[in-house]
Formats: sequence, structure tokens, C-alpha cells
Amino acid sequence: MNGRQIGDVILDLQNISLRFGGVKALTDISFDVREHEIRAIIGPNGAGKSSMLNVINGVYHPQEGRIVFHGEERRKMEPHMAAMQGIARTFQNIALFKGMSVLDNIMTGRITKMKANFLEQAIHVGRARREELAHRRKVEEVIDFLEIQHIRKTPVGRLPYGLQKRVELARALAAEPSMLLLDEPMAGMNVEEKQDMCRFILDVNDQMGTTIVLIEHDMGVVMDISDRVVVLDYGKKIGDGTPDDVRSNEEVISAYLGVAH
Amino acid sequence: MLYREAGQFKTTYAADQQIFPIRQDRIGLALLLAIAFVAVPLFASEYWLKAILMPFLVFSLAALGLNILTGYAGQLSLGSAAFMAVGAFAAYNFMLRVDGMPLLVAFALGGLAAALVGVAFGLPSLRIKGFYLAVATLAAQFFIVWILTKVSWFSNYSSSGVITAQDMEIFGYRFDSPESRYLLVLAIVAVMALMAKNMVRGSVGRAWMAVRDMDVAAEVIGIRIMYTKLLAFAVSSFYCGVAGALYAYAYLGTVEPEGFNLDLSFKILFMIIIGGVGSISGAFLGSAFIVLLPIFLDVLVQDVFAGVFSPSIASNLQLMVFGGLIIFFLIVEPHGLARLWQIAKEKLRLWPFPH
Repeated sequence: MNGRQIGDVILDLQNISLRFGGVKALTDISFDVREHEIRAIIGPNGAGKSSMLNVINGVYHPQEGRIVFHGEERRKMEPHMAAMQGIARTFQNIALFKGMSVLDNIMTGRITKMKANFLEQAIHVGRARREELAHRRKVEEVIDFLEIQHIRKTPVGRLPYGLQKRVELARALAAEPSMLLLDEPMAGMNVEEKQDMCRFILDVNDQMGTTIVLIEHDMGVVMDISDRVVVLDYGKKIGDGTPDDVRSNEEVISAYLGVAH
Repeated sequence: MLYREAGQFKTTYAADQQIFPIRQDRIGLALLLAIAFVAVPLFASEYWLKAILMPFLVFSLAALGLNILTGYAGQLSLGSAAFMAVGAFAAYNFMLRVDGMPLLVAFALGGLAAALVGVAFGLPSLRIKGFYLAVATLAAQFFIVWILTKVSWFSNYSSSGVITAQDMEIFGYRFDSPESRYLLVLAIVAVMALMAKNMVRGSVGRAWMAVRDMDVAAEVIGIRIMYTKLLAFAVSSFYCGVAGALYAYAYLGTVEPEGFNLDLSFKILFMIIIGGVGSISGAFLGSAFIVLLPIFLDVLVQDVFAGVFSPSIASNLQLMVFGGLIIFFLIVEPHGLARLWQIAKEKLRLWPFPH
């Protein structure tokens, strides 16, 4: 596709099973994510795609299975620890902070990197002041990258849907993550917005070297931009491989892609 | 025409991130502070200082505290008056039982005691939200007032739990006159308001608002929910505690636990609803409104409409107007007077040209 180097496995999920009471959300799922790749997770509604992301960033705790991230087996995991380790994500339904401006939303994305405690901030001299300015500079780089300079002071609630999705991506990028989880980044967008978003995802992957795990329903997009695809159905893995492998996999076709009539 | 930012170009992020980025705001605030610190003590009557400005400032501070918790961090509390009581009684006991305790340190310790109690009663917030949390803080309200009445050690074994605040003295200067007391309270409130403003525009404030707006996303970004919520309870209760100490020492002089009842908690809640939830200036506007409204209504009923209303109606008129206003604000402008002021400013930036 281009000249970027796919590296070693950085996230290895082995035999993950997740249950909510009697409901099996994920059953015995194993797959890995390599450094620098774009890894798509596809499948019909309710297949467990979002649950998979929630397992990766520590919101859900699987009852069985091992998760190895950057060579270390993960024990008990809380979401804020995943954030510390460089995993950022966006949500299927936009989860921006509605009462805050675009700038504040993105600044919040850098919160794990801000060290001044609340007393220093209350007095606002020294470290707190320097930090605020240094991080503002970083945030402005993200704002430039995603071309949202014109709305930086706007409350996010007033923005149209497509821009809100972009601000959410900006907030995730502000953390300078090594791995970015995107939950349906293009849902509900028109063609131009989808093209923009694809371009941003590819640029993030290419220029920042971020590994991307992506859930998406638009097969055209998935097949175009992803390196490898995992297919889930009813919480089970039914396919895994390059877009071409997956496209020709019988089980995947019958479960999800559909047969031409 | 006068209020606009045309020509004020920001060339550095430092300039863009200052507290008041618009020059007219800075001038306005400087004028306001000059009036408050110089003109008011020179010209205001004793009645104004004692009966209007003092409660206004003390309640502003308490409303500021509640606004940090409810407006910024989104944790509904009905226990503000109880935290004020903790501050007042703790400051009293520190002054009473520690020889040579400096007044300001006693106030700060009163605030810290309130912060500790606030954190303890904030623990349920880790599990429950909204309406149910409000009920849990209601428990704090009743429990604290009850224990301050029940355990007479807190009021130094005075009958019925009344405490009389010791004389206020800093470095040998006694705060006897209304002017000096007003200036002391004003200075404390101004400094604490500035600190609150700095916190809410920094990363602490952003963490509070993130928890308020979308706690799942906040957690995924790396915000520790527990720490953030408990910090909001601690800071909020500290503000309420200092307000309580000032209420006892500078404003009333004599207080009893029953004075910090649920009515007072509601009063402070109304202040932030009318003034503006999630805004520093809203705390001041709301406090001014609620302190001034009864006085205004009294004047109206007694002087303007003298004899029109019977006394029984007149005394209830206040409650009716209050209730009406709360409903009005909840429906029409949930963000209160502060938002109205902001809208007025946005309009002013364009006025008199429509585009």
C-alpha cells in the first residue's frame, strides 16, 4: 500500500471470553495487532465488536484469556491505566464533553501528561502555567492536523455531527497514543466526510506511526484502508486475514458480506 | 459599541489563555475591585455593610463551593449548610482550644475539617449519581447538625449549642468596625474566587467537567474518577467550611447548629441555580440576587404598596416570588444569570451593527 513498515506484534489477545451473567459476549477469541498496522474488526450488529474494544482498553474484564501488550501480560486493568500505557479511543456514539469548548475537550485528552496538582493550578504560577502553555502548543498541532482551527472556541454541542466525530478523534490524538481504537469513526457520515475521515486515519497511521484498531461497517472503507481484518459473529471469530482473504472466506460471506443474487 | 475585541489580536497562547482575554473585561473587573475595596468602605452605611454586603460575600463563597461540586463536577449536593457548620464549629474549637491560634489559620483549619467531612460524605458518589446522591448528602445535612447539637463538646458545653465567636484579631489588629470586617471578608473571598477560577480553567477543572459531562469517556481518557470526584467534594467543602467560619465570625458573631439547617442548604442551591450552574460569576450574581430580593420585596410591600397587602400575604409573598423565579429559571435559562450576562455581552460585541 505504501512504504510504511509493519512491525512486530504489540497486542496479543489469546482465547478471550467475556460473559455478562449468562450472556456470552465473546467466546474464545484470539487475534493479534502488529505495530503500525491498521487492523479492522467487522461483523454484524451484536457480534461483540465494541465489547472487544472495551476489553482492549480495560473497561470490560474478560473472564478467560490472556492479553499481552508490549510484551507484558496484563493483569487487572482499569481504563485510566490503559490510557497511561498509550491506548486512546473514540466511541460509537459521540462521547464528547458537551459543556466544554472544542479546545477544552482536546486539552482534556492530554490530562495524563499534566503533572501540576490542584494547588499549583489554583495559584497558577510556575509549573501549572508552563504546563498549560506547553500542552496548548501540542493541542494546536493536533488542531492543525485535523483542520479544525476555525471551531476551536466553539462549544462542541453546537457542532454538526461530522465535525463532532473529528473533534473526538482530535481528543484521542492529543494523548499521543501508540494505539488508537476507533469505534465506527464513519458511522452516519456522508461521502465527503467519510473521505476526509479516511484521509485523517491514513495520515495518523502514516505520519504519527500510530497503530489503529478500527470497527467499521462500510466495507469499501474497511477493504481499502486496513491491512488485516478480523471478522466476528455472535461473539466468535469466523475470519482473520488480509482484506482479500476475508472477502473470499465462505463463512464470512454467508454471515456478513452476503451473497450476490 | 464599547464592548468588542476588534483590534485585540492574540499573538501568543499565553495571551489567549489569560483569565480575561478581552480587555474590556479586565478594565471592568479592575473597576469593580477598586469600588469594592476603596469606595465601598468609604461611603457605604453601616447597615449596608453589615446586613447586605457581608451576607452577600459569605454566601457568594458558599455558593462558589457548591458550584464547584454541582456546577463543575456534576455531583448534586444538599449538604452545603452542614459543611458550613463544620467550618464554623471547627474554627471556633481551634481558636478556643489552641493557645495563640492565628485567626486565618483557624479559618483554614475550619475549611480543612469541612473538606475531610466532605470527602467522607462524598464517598457514596463513587457508587450513586444524581437524585440518589442528593439524598445521601441530605443525610450529611441532618447528621452533622444533629451531632453538633448532641455532642456539647463542640459548642464548649454551652446551653442549646450556641457558640459566640471570639474576637477577630490579626497581628494585634482587632477587626471591630464593620468596615474592617468587610475588608477582611472581601479579601478572603476575592483570593478564593481567583483560585477557584484558576482551578476550573486548568486541568483539574477540565477533569471535573469531563466527569460531569461523560464519565465513561473521562475514564477512558485517563481521568481517575474516584480521585476527581473526591477532590471536588474536598475543595467544595473547603470553600463551604471557610464560608461557614466567616458566617460565624465576621457576619453573625453568634451561631447555633440549627442555623445551618436544610433551608440554608436550599438557599445556596437556589443561588447557583439562579446565578448560573457551572460559572464562577454565577455564584456572585446568584448570591446578590437572593440576598437583595427579600430586601427589595420588603421595601416594595411596606413602602410602595403600603396597605395594599395584608401582613400575612406580605410575609408569604417572598416565598411565592422565590418559587416562581426558580421555576422560571429552570425552564427559561437553566444556566442562570451568568448565561444571560454572557448573552448580553455577545450581543454587545455586535451592537449596533447587526452583522
